[in-house]
Amino acid sequence: MNFFTKSLGHHLLGLYFSREGLIKAMKATEVGYNSKVEGDVVHTRLDAAVSWFRKNSLWPMPMGLACCAIELMAAGASRFDISRFGAEVMRFSPRQSDLMIVAGTVTYKMALAVRRIYEQMPEPKWVIAMGACASSGGMYRSYATLQGVDRILPVDVYISGCPPRPEALLEALMKLQNKISNEPHITDKKPARDRGLVLS
Amino acid sequence: MTAKQLAKKLQRQFKEIVSDAMEFRGELTVEISDASQIAEVCRYAKEELGFDYLVDLCTIDNDDETPRWTAVYHLYGYGHLRHLRLKTSVSEEESEFPTVTTVWRTADWHEREAFDMMGIRFAGHPDLRRILMWEGYPYYPLRKDFPLAGKPSEMPDVAFSDPIPLEGGPFVTLAGGEDAAAREPRVRTPE
Ligand code: SF4
Repeated sequence: MNFFTKSLGHHLLGLYFSREGLIKAMKATEVGYNSKVEGDVVHTRLDAAVSWFRKNSLWPMPMGLACCAIELMAAGASRFDISRFGAEVMRFSPRQSDLMIVAGTVTYKMALAVRRIYEQMPEPKWVIAMGACASSGGMYRSYATLQGVDRILPVDVYISGCPPRPEALLEALMKLQNKISNEPHITDKKPARDRGLVLS
Repeated sequence: MTAKQLAKKLQRQFKEIVSDAMEFRGELTVEISDASQIAEVCRYAKEELGFDYLVDLCTIDNDDETPRWTAVYHLYGYGHLRHLRLKTSVSEEESEFPTVTTVWRTADWHEREAFDMMGIRFAGHPDLRRILMWEGYPYYPLRKDFPLAGKPSEMPDVAFSDPIPLEGGPFVTLAGGEDAAAREPRVRTPE
């Protein structure tokens, strides 16, 4: 599907990018653009354009449940600066976020609250399981600990480490961005949990 | 006044039920033979002996020994900076201590924890509910007969729990091994 983006292009030019910046960014997401031939017109697939918007403005829901949350905070602070990847807008309301970062130990007592918050997030939404605890229960082989948040949520990216360093979280974010840019958003309207992800 | 002298004073006040102070690594423990009087003993320790701070209140499951439950009270005084430990036991049939929330208000959550983890009740407690596990969880996980891996439970819309994989564990550390390799946590299945 071709998408005529003349007005959209101007909007973007005015708001976010120099023309060169826009062209460079669009080129990276499968855009053919030749300024001599096409002028202010950009041809792309709607899917590619939407993916590009989405992946560069992920709004995380910081599900900080234990020590890993400290590294999540570090990733948001000046030294690591998660805003370089467009994901700095941590929202404490699930209604306003589309990426849940589960950072910490999920106890059974907390599990259903995590699940409810996930369900309150609007589609499309993604989940990063940050650290050993969120991925597998970690060192807590205990009656009180859920053995991995993927038992209740569809996880997109797992991060190893106890705790993972902020760089690892940024790497996960980049992996997720790659994943998002390959997702068929317009043609595939299935909710996240039916996209063939882990669920029990 | 040293902790020893304070323990002596306590013993003089409650002659029949307070044991001699036992010393281990510089720490003093006295046993109270009648658990039903623990609140009075604690009140005296606080008001007359200056133990104004309850550091901790914990409970022990003695498994198949009798009496099954022991409660341990760790006292401290900010005036004299002395520690004292009180111990008292009740049988499994009874499973109830008098509350000491009337002496130290901080005992509230400690007693709730003991109730939650061990299933021991505290008579007179103002609000004896579970504190760590959720209301309705059917087990007491720190009891000796509760498996390390946990048990399955299900409360729709509240919580669920599954037994966890131990992957060959539990991993036990041996104190006093020759070197680090001998002390390190390993699978040591109890015979
Ligand atoms: S993985 Fe390690 S650092 Fe992260 S929450 Fe678990 S114990 Fe804490």
